[in-house]
Amino acid sequence: MFTELNSILNTSPDSFTRGEFILVSDRQSDASFLIHHFLSFYLRARCKVCFLGLAQSFCHYSAVSQRLGVSLTQAMEKGQLVFFEGLKECLSVLLPKENNVESEAMNFLRDPPVGLRSLYEFVCSSVIGSGSMEEEGAEQWGPSVLLVDDLSVLLSLGVDVGAVLDFSHYCRALVCSQMQGNMVMLVRCNGEEDDDDDGDEGSEVLLKGLTHQCNLNLHVQGLPTGYCKDIHGQMEVCWKRRQGDAPHMQKNLFQYKVHDKGASFFSRGTSSAVL
Amino acid sequence: MLHNIDVTSSNMAAPVNSVGKTSGDRFQVNCTSFQKKTRSKLISIPGTRPSVQNGQLLVSTGVTSLDYLLGGGLAVGTVLLIEEDRFDSYSRMILKYFLAEGVVCRHELFVATAQDNPDEILQELPAPILDDVAVPKPVDQPRPTGEPQDSLDAMTIAWRYQNLPKVQSALASSSRFGHYYDVSKTMEAEIRQAAKCHRFYLPDHITPSSAAHSARVESYSALLKSLQEVIHREGFDLATPMSKSRNILRVGLHSLGSALWGDDMCCHDKPRHGHALTTFLYGLRALLRSSLSVAVVTLPSHLIQDRALMGNITRLCDNAIALESFKGSERETNPLYKDYHGLLFVRQVPHLNCLARQLPDHKDLAFKLKRKQFTIESPGLRSGSTKNKLRQL
Repeated sequence: MFTELNSILNTSPDSFTRGEFILVSDRQSDASFLIHHFLSFYLRARCKVCFLGLAQSFCHYSAVSQRLGVSLTQAMEKGQLVFFEGLKECLSVLLPKENNVESEAMNFLRDPPVGLRSLYEFVCSSVIGSGSMEEEGAEQWGPSVLLVDDLSVLLSLGVDVGAVLDFSHYCRALVCSQMQGNMVMLVRCNGEEDDDDDGDEGSEVLLKGLTHQCNLNLHVQGLPTGYCKDIHGQMEVCWKRRQGDAPHMQKNLFQYKVHDKGASFFSRGTSSAVL
Repeated sequence: MLHNIDVTSSNMAAPVNSVGKTSGDRFQVNCTSFQKKTRSKLISIPGTRPSVQNGQLLVSTGVTSLDYLLGGGLAVGTVLLIEEDRFDSYSRMILKYFLAEGVVCRHELFVATAQDNPDEILQELPAPILDDVAVPKPVDQPRPTGEPQDSLDAMTIAWRYQNLPKVQSALASSSRFGHYYDVSKTMEAEIRQAAKCHRFYLPDHITPSSAAHSARVESYSALLKSLQEVIHREGFDLATPMSKSRNILRVGLHSLGSALWGDDMCCHDKPRHGHALTTFLYGLRALLRSSLSVAVVTLPSHLIQDRALMGNITRLCDNAIALESFKGSERETNPLYKDYHGLLFVRQVPHLNCLARQLPDHKDLAFKLKRKQFTIESPGLRSGSTKNKLRQL
């Protein structure tokens, strides 16, 4: 959990807006450090978290979370965290063995046109899951949260953009509207914004579609002036709120630097390397 | 000599990590290469060392300057992507360095090619420069220290070490991390044959007629399957108990994505199997994270028209560099580059088990293949010419 980011977003583990869809996006940069922030944030807020870790192995997330002060294994044991490790599940589909059961959620690997329905059903079962059952000594957790790292991996694996947009819409309807929980998704883009290249059409369409749906967008980019070792990039925070009848959009730009145990954010030009 | 395989964030970085990992309350998840091995006997694998930054297990790529760029070495369980130069000369050279380093460190090799037979690559491996003499020298009688130095062997400064016996065996230096190679000579057959090598030559596995009509690219699935079989059979899987000594598997995949693999990514603007290679790389990452192996993949990126696809491929590999050689281009005669053979671009550095990446100091790098060294440096900042450059500013 990055304390500076909490003050920028005006949230804390004790009080945060519910029913929000937070989109973390990046362009030619890496915004996955924000996913680690949100993971530790919601675990500290005692929410029931469903994490689709598609990009990296469980040990990576676990190691980083430990540095940020939460233990994923303990959260899993207590039933607070449902962790879906994409890398582990994919092997059962890509290299099927006779006696091994194929992972249902990743069956789009075998046949991409089939879409992400099974993955959505997995999310459904973990988010709704044991919410209605009262187990002996089970702790009551807060609102459900869905975190996805990241959606662009699904595009790389051959899933259609429309299917990914449908999946995010279904998840949003379930998690944000129905369960009044929060959802955080990471989308990564490659090309320049003004490029008319239809090569990256898929992820541009996905980014535009999700930016339209989200309540809060954290867009991470490299510095427009070039590479700098002390400032890792800039982050644009964009809120979409409804004030009265008119939608209201508020944007703020920050620069950031990622450390070993967190990230620091500062206004443009006020980095400690410069001042 | 270090004795633990501390493949995750080590004690120095995260003081609380040992708390959650005692055998009593450790959650039974399938380990990846980065899981700290608490129950096993602590053994060390030759040719590896833990990273200074985050304790990950590193192996040398065979090129010391490339090791430095990658943050000390190649982390076990990761993939290094090399975008080939136009004639595949220097990328092939780095692949050979990587495999030769595996031979010297007694690691096992897995070589997969579609074009040349893997044996051809193995026969071209450069000869290691070993500072120990292969033939045992007789131990000289101790020389009095005051004697005038008339023989070239006598040490003038470190004279106290004059009488120590000379080391005998040629490969005893495998305990060192990173070796140097002489590219004008090829590795001797007996050194090479001492290493265990698994080969995957695509024409042996796929008949051309079946591949042409299939909806998917079968070659990548066959390669992934073969790799998994080798990992499982030879015991590189992290799930197998640590009863015997562990070793590292070095995987070299040559020219993936080229048309010879059955992939049309390099042939069309809108390839039909656009996702075959990315799916393969995802499966490769899954295999490597759960085993003691490390992979180097070369890719003819200059043939791929779709830049976005290249971005996806890069993101699915942990380390990525691109080579651009000056051969045949107008830069060959440019005086700025006269000392170099080409440019090297660092496309991606990994950040595994930690938030921050180790970014390189400079992004403009050039390389030169000398007989005994492959150097990578920033062209404007060579130590001798720094003063001149500063004066010009």
